Amino acid sequence: MDIKVTVIDRAGKTHQLQAPTDMAMNLMEVCKAYELPVEGTCGGMAMCASCQCYVLSDHPLADKSPDEEAMLSEAFHVKENSRLGCQISIEKKLEGLKVELAPE
Amino acid sequence: MIKTDIIIIGAGPTGLFAVFEAGLLKLKCHLIDSLPHPGGQCAEIYPKKPIYDIPSRPEIMAGDLVDRLMEQIQPFQPGFTLGETAMEIQKLANGSFVVTTDMGTSHHAPVVAISGGLGNFEPRKPDLENLAKLEGKGVDYIIREPEKYRNKNVLIGGGGDSALDWTIVLAEVAKSVTLVHRRNEFRGSLDSVEKVQALKNQNKIQLITPSEVIALEGENHLTSVTYSHKGSSVKHLTDYFIPLFGLTPKLGPISDWGLEIEKNSIKVNNALDYQTNIPGIYAIGDVNIYPGKLKLILCGFHEATLMCQSAFQRIYPEKRNILKYTTVSGITGFDGSRKEAQKSTIKTIE
Repeated sequence: MDIKVTVIDRAGKTHQLQAPTDMAMNLMEVCKAYELPVEGTCGGMAMCASCQCYVLSDHPLADKSPDEEAMLSEAFHVKENSRLGCQISIEKKLEGLKVELAPE
Repeated sequence: MIKTDIIIIGAGPTGLFAVFEAGLLKLKCHLIDSLPHPGGQCAEIYPKKPIYDIPSRPEIMAGDLVDRLMEQIQPFQPGFTLGETAMEIQKLANGSFVVTTDMGTSHHAPVVAISGGLGNFEPRKPDLENLAKLEGKGVDYIIREPEKYRNKNVLIGGGGDSALDWTIVLAEVAKSVTLVHRRNEFRGSLDSVEKVQALKNQNKIQLITPSEVIALEGENHLTSVTYSHKGSSVKHLTDYFIPLFGLTPKLGPISDWGLEIEKNSIKVNNALDYQTNIPGIYAIGDVNIYPGKLKLILCGFHEATLMCQSAFQRIYPEKRNILKYTTVSGITGFDGSRKEAQKSTIKTIE
């Protein structure tokens, strides 16, 4: 079962991605799979903030873990709706999720 | 000039293991890394995270993996140029190379292997006006010598391990230390958090949270910073501002070496030996790219092994090389050490 995710890249271009819900993927990995400019330096351990994005849609995301909170507190360009893509698991309830990549 | 057989740029797991494979072929290695310690990402980003996909190690901490590799390559006595960045490469008439660092250290070898991972770790810089102007004039990203801050006023920004650890060190040296962090929570080892708490309780440091540095002032040298606190802006006189917001890898100077680059990685010939478009320069581990590339430590080990075989042929074209198994030949270190299988006991049973 795939869901549709919309990602706005740093140049303002909109990308429609198909994200599988049965592959234990997170949003950072989906972006990389589509070759979007998301580095994912730490591999998804919430330790680098290179996958920071702003969540534009009103989806029920899981609360931030202490690790994600700590990383976001050290990252730059952080807004109220900032999340780390690597900490957003692709699940059915995120159908139609819309995010924008934060500046590098 | 440091002379060796293989100059290895990047002392992460792949570069370290290359020393072992080269050593089996009696080739000497010298490693250059911009970090002040070996281990690359494993040491810098996630030393306390377990890795589960190293063959035969069901679980190993990244930091322990680095320690074990250092132990494994010890007999082959690699040289290290640490805390320096490989800046320039020069190909000499005889086909050998000279690699020079940002500090001017030169290295000479017939073969260069780049195992630079995601690149050089560079400090993450806050988005502040005047920042570039005051770099080195009161704004430091890396503390090389704590004595520099003796009897000075220092303001540190950040909430991770290095912000905590340097606060503890500088509290002993500086005239005053102020730690500014966006949240009340800090991410560091329990020991460091408790030490900083104790320093604050004894009024040996000033802790400002939640707060953020929003401006820097000074013409020829930093004079003060302004931070936000409880809804207002506070101007704080200081000699130094040290933002410690972690490091981020950038491919850096290597990208200007004339190597074929694709997607921020160095293209190599993976059908053969991981050589780049410049004969004699190899790229192994996370830094390279080829069809089907996987950025895994175990793949880096494999690439390092094939690279060494090819490097041997390049250095000794006239010699015939044959793969030797360590189970048969053991290990003869350059330090004279010798490891080998115990001889079986052959004895008559009467």
